[in-house]
Amino acid sequence: MDIFLGYFLYAMSLLTVGGIYALLALGLNVQWGFAGLFNAGVAGFAAIGAYTYALLTTAESQFHFGGLELPLVVGDILAMIFAGIVATIIGLICIRLRADYLAIATIGIAEIIKLILKNETDITNGPRGINKIPRTWEHFTEERFYTNFPMNLFLNQKGWEAFFASIPKWWWQPFFAITIVLIVIVIYFFLEKLRVSPWGRMMTAIRENEKAAAAAGKNVTKRRIEAFILGSVIMGLAGAFLGQHLRLIEPTQTFDPSKMTFLVWVMLIAGGSGNNKGAILGAFLIWFVWSSSELVTNGVIEILATMFDSVDISILKNRAGFIRMLFIGLLLQLILQRFPKGILPEKRPAISGKN
Amino acid sequence: MWESFWFEFINFYFIPGLVLGCIYALGAIGITLTFGILRFANFAHGEIMMTSSYLTWEFVLVASSFGLILHPIIGAIPASICAIFLALIVDRFFYKPFRNSPTIMIVIASFGMMLIIRSLVQVIWGPNQITFVKGIAKPNQVIKDFTSNFDMMLLIPNKHISILLGTIMIMLVFNYLLSSTKIGKGMRAVSDNPNLAEVSGINVENIVKATWVVGGFCAAAAGVFLALDTQFIESTMGFRMLLPMFAAAILGGIGRPFGAVAGGLIIGLAEELSAYPWLGNGPVISPGYKSGVAFSIMVLMLIFRPSGLFRGKVF
Repeated sequence: MDIFLGYFLYAMSLLTVGGIYALLALGLNVQWGFAGLFNAGVAGFAAIGAYTYALLTTAESQFHFGGLELPLVVGDILAMIFAGIVATIIGLICIRLRADYLAIATIGIAEIIKLILKNETDITNGPRGINKIPRTWEHFTEERFYTNFPMNLFLNQKGWEAFFASIPKWWWQPFFAITIVLIVIVIYFFLEKLRVSPWGRMMTAIRENEKAAAAAGKNVTKRRIEAFILGSVIMGLAGAFLGQHLRLIEPTQTFDPSKMTFLVWVMLIAGGSGNNKGAILGAFLIWFVWSSSELVTNGVIEILATMFDSVDISILKNRAGFIRMLFIGLLLQLILQRFPKGILPEKRPAISGKN
Repeated sequence: MWESFWFEFINFYFIPGLVLGCIYALGAIGITLTFGILRFANFAHGEIMMTSSYLTWEFVLVASSFGLILHPIIGAIPASICAIFLALIVDRFFYKPFRNSPTIMIVIASFGMMLIIRSLVQVIWGPNQITFVKGIAKPNQVIKDFTSNFDMMLLIPNKHISILLGTIMIMLVFNYLLSSTKIGKGMRAVSDNPNLAEVSGINVENIVKATWVVGGFCAAAAGVFLALDTQFIESTMGFRMLLPMFAAAILGGIGRPFGAVAGGLIIGLAEELSAYPWLGNGPVISPGYKSGVAFSIMVLMLIFRPSGLFRGKVF
């Protein structure tokens, strides 16, 4: 039974992180797939979301700003709003830039965001990061939640302690995973509606032929800023959930551009940019490949170690992550050259609005 | 009268800024050439820099195991040849298939190459920092004594002298190449108008190869100089350089190699001088935000004068 439980929990964590990546890919799809905006700073927006959520909801700490202990949902919403505000400022400045320039600018923005998080130590605790971020569902088991409103209406402290002792420790994992998957589904339907709406068609028109769209009287700049903000808001939400999943965030390792920005790009391109279903599929698929490749590389290293006694396994183990990154990079090149449209190519909205 | 102001300003802010500017300038040459001739922002450029400094370190290490003590600049010669081949191989297998596709494809490909090259280096040499040159760099005694006679003591470490001289030499060769040789003229022609260049009988593919050779060489030089300056190498050093180099290329004007040099020097100086206590006692901009300076200059240029200081191209 224990083995099955292990598999089940592994599947739950795959679903959780896959869902978070799906959110990031959906956000990127709004920017790149819909509007053709090359955002190379996904990690920056995720970082804004994660830090906003963390600072607003964690318990008071002597290391960083906080102690507001806002309800978690408020934290999620404010994470989205704050990511949106930053995206608005950036959008107003940078949106007129052509794709390459926008990519350079957004890489820069992500780095600046990380610089701020690293240097403003009074607020963010700098490189040491923020710890004990409350996680949706699991936070009910924390004392500061079950002794306060509204949980104290149902049971007193003793009652809750007894209740949590009676259920398995991992009870929150499936709930957390399902919550994230539900949010992915809701955002998916919202974006699908948006894609076939006049706004979505306008986006396609602007992406395909900006001059023609402008000549037809569309406000190109405004629409592009809107798409940029919407995508960033979704990324901010994903960041908030990433913070919950990790429980400890710090600026450099957590928001490493190769794992956050680059992997999301591979997911979107593999799944099919412009296609929301493709973005979700790509996210889960690449995340599955990425995390199972850890098992594979570890297995290969074990085999190598038994075959050759002289091989120093510790070095190989240290570097296995980079081998995986190398393969993911090659996978991207392969997809770009052979299947540039991805697994699920973009479907253009039909004239009737039904697709 | 060599007041304490000038002593501090020149030795601790201006000269380091100039050295940093030289490194940015060399890196920006490659970026502006590929941007001008192939019309895309090459994100993998910083990684070629980084790889060549690792290769240099490796060559010096191998040579020392044979009992040869090489100066890193000698070790940089085989390393720069490897860097050139790396740039050519990357172009052949990962960029060439997209020559006729929308430019954004090749940008994504270069974005991927950035990660591939970096993880390759991390697989081979590990993720940790490696000491490139040991010891504390002492100021050159001859210059110190000589300038003290005039009451304006200059403290320039040998590493900075070799970086400055090396950059000037590369610039002179580069200037000759671009203004007096056939291949250099071809590069300028393709950069100005690729279609016109092609119909006037220039072999564009050869020019592209020449671009990678020049860009790869300059990147290798920049990488080794950076490693000489900071005295350590790490796998993220190329990525850290990427933004200032793009800023330099945009500041100078895309497709304008000498603009990129000027841009590099300006960015390097601006970064170092931003830490000078111009107002009051503390630095104007906290050193932690130094890399934000290049970025702000770049964004301002993109908004107000996208053609750069020297009328480069705007895509």
